[in-house]
Amino acid sequence: MQRKSATVLPGFGLSLGITCTYLSLIVLLPLATVFTRTAQLSGSAFWNTVTDPRVLASYRVTFGASFLAALVNTVFGLLVAWVLVRYRFPGRRIVDAMVDLPFALPTAVAGIALTTLYASNGWIGQYLEPLGLKVSYTWVGITVALIFIGLPFVVRTVQPVLDDLEVEVEEAAASLGAGRWQTFSRVVFPTVAPALLTGFALAFARAIGEYGSVVFISGNMPMKTEIVPLLIITKLEQYDYAGATAVALVMLVASFALLLTINLLQWAARRRMAV
Amino acid sequence: MATAVLPRSATTAPRAVVRATGESRTVRWILIAIALGFLSLVLLVPLLLVFVQALSKGLPAYWEAIKEPDALSAAKLTLLIAAIAVPANLIFGVAAAWCISKFAFRGKHLLITLIDLPFAVSPVISGMIFVLLFGAHGWFGPWLAEHDIKVIFAIPGMVLATTFVTAPFIARELIPLMQEQGTEEEEAAIVLGAGGWQTFFRVTLPNIKWGLLYGLILCNARAMGEFGAVSVVSGHIRGETNTLPLHVEILYNEYAFAASFAVASVLTLLALVTLALKTLVEWQQRRAMSDAAEVFTTPERIAA
Repeated sequence: MQRKSATVLPGFGLSLGITCTYLSLIVLLPLATVFTRTAQLSGSAFWNTVTDPRVLASYRVTFGASFLAALVNTVFGLLVAWVLVRYRFPGRRIVDAMVDLPFALPTAVAGIALTTLYASNGWIGQYLEPLGLKVSYTWVGITVALIFIGLPFVVRTVQPVLDDLEVEVEEAAASLGAGRWQTFSRVVFPTVAPALLTGFALAFARAIGEYGSVVFISGNMPMKTEIVPLLIITKLEQYDYAGATAVALVMLVASFALLLTINLLQWAARRRMAV
Repeated sequence: MATAVLPRSATTAPRAVVRATGESRTVRWILIAIALGFLSLVLLVPLLLVFVQALSKGLPAYWEAIKEPDALSAAKLTLLIAAIAVPANLIFGVAAAWCISKFAFRGKHLLITLIDLPFAVSPVISGMIFVLLFGAHGWFGPWLAEHDIKVIFAIPGMVLATTFVTAPFIARELIPLMQEQGTEEEEAAIVLGAGGWQTFFRVTLPNIKWGLLYGLILCNARAMGEFGAVSVVSGHIRGETNTLPLHVEILYNEYAFAASFAVASVLTLLALVTLALKTLVEWQQRRAMSDAAEVFTTPERIAA
């Protein structure tokens, strides 16, 4: 590490100038409107808007479904990552590539496909409905859409850590008499846990803001299946800009807090690796 | 299958699973079966459904839905938006990666965090902020109305919202890559008399081309597929301010399911092409890295 202060390379002023100007105009100035707009509201008006029963219900739907979906993704994401890293089977590389589908597929397409799939006459919905499980137009459907959206986050965060895991450590555990399950729960799992937590947080963060894939399947019933992003759009369409901005501010603060947590988790994981 | 023919780099060679640390055959196959079952249910079945639904009214109807004027104009607008947003973010991404990776300065970590910001913002809020800025009641609303310029519910707003949402993609890909590569090669070029741009195009660009391509592919996919942000700022006017994802929504809400899925299948094909390209680039990148490792694994390099 001998990064010196004086360098012969040109272009510092130009590149930093472009970066800062672009970032200010495209990202920071527009985002600032949320804060200046909300500042125009009085404290009590802000509080009343963001704690309105319909808004509170939408927080419950969004955060509840996002949490559940991230949890399901954590369990299955770990399993998928494990299978992809440890085992060899025909078609493994194609399956590996397919994991990124939710990143590449436009959310509206995912939305209409999942809604049709789980509707009462859909391929999957027709078998679930007789069992008393309605998916499309309920919070279950919202969770299903969020599972689809969040899956790659967990798999892609856990995969490199599993890949780097030294086989020797497991051999040592085995030679000291640990069973396979014991080796996994005592040796492998603690190593993977920080990455798993990061993956959970990333999937959760993506889910609370998600709109396109959820809006078709949710049914959008106020108080029941209305997600926060949809509530913001509804307020905007009614020209209730102050209300939309106040709710958006709450969501932004939640997202930034999550972003900070994720960065801290990754920083801690890197430190642990370095030691 | 084509994948089997492609050469494997040393880094992806299957790790020999030692008996003592492997699971029994039965456990292994049960785990594989559960994982593949889950992935089929979550990924494969929806994918299949798109194509089956798209063709449910037959091939002529499918073709009709795709070459209908409104669908074509939506496709054109989608391409136009991507053609502006992606190059803009390319210039931004390269500039950001250059100053962050090649120079030391205060506030670098803050800058990296700020670049990441759009990833943390809900698409709906990404659209909303441009309404607050340029809408009728926004900061610049009255001025824009006076000069008869339409930004919101028109194409400029859709371009801006898409640019915001896709801003981090290329920068995020290039920053770690260029940080890892350091500054030695560029410094050598400059010392030997090359100009700044010459150094960038002859030395830096060949080193980052795969990472750059990877970022471009992901940025483009998101730009063409963005729904939430664009939906907020679009006027939803058929034939004018409709992109392909918005056209899918309109058809679906009109109960024109087969047509909706037909248009959706075009976007799905785009996603599959994106995945294929992305995977190819990943393999190339890995191969380039292992080739470089072979060339440079000289004793001095290891000692350094």
